[in-house]
Amino acid sequence: MSRQLTERLVFALLTVAAIATASPIVLVVGYIAVTGAPAVTWEFLSAAPYDGMRAGGIWPAIVGTVYLTLGTGLIAVPLGIAAAIYLSEYAKDNPLTRAIRIAIINLAGIPSVVYGLFGLGLFVLFLRFGTSILAGCLTLSIMTLPVIISTAEEALRSVPQSFRVVSISLGGTKWQTIRRVVLPQALPGILTGVILGLERAAGETAPILFTAAAFFLPRLPDSIFDATMALPYHLFVISTQVPGMPLRIQYGTALVLLIFVLSMNIVATVIRSRARAGRQW
Amino acid sequence: MTAGSPPPKIVVEKLSVQYDDGTESLRNISLTIPANQITVLFGPAGGGKSTLLRALNRLNDLVEGVRMTGKIYLDGEDITGPDMDVVSLRRRVGMVFAQPAPLPMTIRQNVTYGLELAGVRHAGQKELAMEKALRQAALWDEVNDRLEAPAAALSGGQQQRLCLARVLALEPEVVLLDEPTSGLDPISTGKVEESLHEIKREYTIVIVPHSVQQGARIADYAAFFLQGELVEYGLGREVFIAPKNRRTDDYVTGRFG
Repeated sequence: MSRQLTERLVFALLTVAAIATASPIVLVVGYIAVTGAPAVTWEFLSAAPYDGMRAGGIWPAIVGTVYLTLGTGLIAVPLGIAAAIYLSEYAKDNPLTRAIRIAIINLAGIPSVVYGLFGLGLFVLFLRFGTSILAGCLTLSIMTLPVIISTAEEALRSVPQSFRVVSISLGGTKWQTIRRVVLPQALPGILTGVILGLERAAGETAPILFTAAAFFLPRLPDSIFDATMALPYHLFVISTQVPGMPLRIQYGTALVLLIFVLSMNIVATVIRSRARAGRQW
Repeated sequence: MTAGSPPPKIVVEKLSVQYDDGTESLRNISLTIPANQITVLFGPAGGGKSTLLRALNRLNDLVEGVRMTGKIYLDGEDITGPDMDVVSLRRRVGMVFAQPAPLPMTIRQNVTYGLELAGVRHAGQKELAMEKALRQAALWDEVNDRLEAPAAALSGGQQQRLCLARVLALEPEVVLLDEPTSGLDPISTGKVEESLHEIKREYTIVIVPHSVQQGARIADYAAFFLQGELVEYGLGREVFIAPKNRRTDDYVTGRFG
């Protein structure tokens, strides 16, 4: 086979592979958008479900997912960033920190349903939080932490060492150096990790299955000890547990969840590209 | 020091620096660095010059696995002890590095950074210190109309003078320079050397030059280092023109290097 022919063949194969990987996302989003869009009305977004969830809207599930995501952020973001700062800036290379690192990597590999079971055992039953927003947020936080810690640590490490040495040589303490030079430079990368982590928390079903989610709760939760409806779990319920469910409501719910998660993704992408454009190193 | 020599600023006594892997960077160094003079530390790479510089403001502390024995006195005060306040020491002993390393901030923020770390809040005071420092570093005329521009937008030579200015803004007592002109063109190099002559009235300067020629041009005092040993130390004109030690002579005249 001539070299030109090989070249063309390889190019064609690679192009097909690239299109093949991109097409599912187009198909999934497109199909859900087309099928679900007619269901998404103002009432759908703003009313509680009724008639065995076969009618009405998904407002309590939207609010529940927002609560769970924000609550998870409140716990996981400060903790995760603090841990990342420790690992990147303070920790010496010793058996303890190596163990912490391995633990974080392995934490990221645990199936989400296992987190759910763990949350049930620790937060719901042992600590007696009950099936509640609090228990759900704590469970989601544990699941999200590895993502936040590892992306934040990577962002911190990518800040040139020379900035730290210069700041120290100008009479800066370690913390002054971190706060004034290292953190601001790493912030866009950290934010990206935070959003990607929270996006995962917003879309997960298994961790909240036993810890926070209510099958049907038409009112809004009024304390962190209340159970709550949530979009992913609601979608699971109306797709598998309710006979005679109109298809468009399922797809409408899926579309709302998708928009919620994808818009977080877009925000992360914008932050990242803006930071890259303005970077001075 | 002989009679009539300037007062000592830094006294190094039997200083040795070793790394964990057993390599020795400095072996039993003793020397006295006079106040308000330019002291040049020169010699082939790996001789321990930078290590000595970084011992003078305890920047070696940042490197893991470094062991230091011996004493260093700054104005008679031992700075090697474990309870030395290294943060305020570094304010008194500033440093300019080989690579211009402006912080990712504006020109103004780079110069006032050290002052802010030290807790200076008064805007007027920062302003005065910034202008004075930029003038001393011979940079004011080139940047006074664009102080809010990012420091990274400056040329390499300007960046290095900015790095000198941000050290001077702290009004330290000693300024350490580690091959500050190694990446600069001859004109920028000349400007940096000029400002060193300007500022030595106010500061004690210790510099590792990037060449023997530069050392000879600027030295009041000169120390020749070879493989961690201080081979010869004295007045610059003696060390560079009529060295007493054979090895110094060989190096200065270019027989090895």
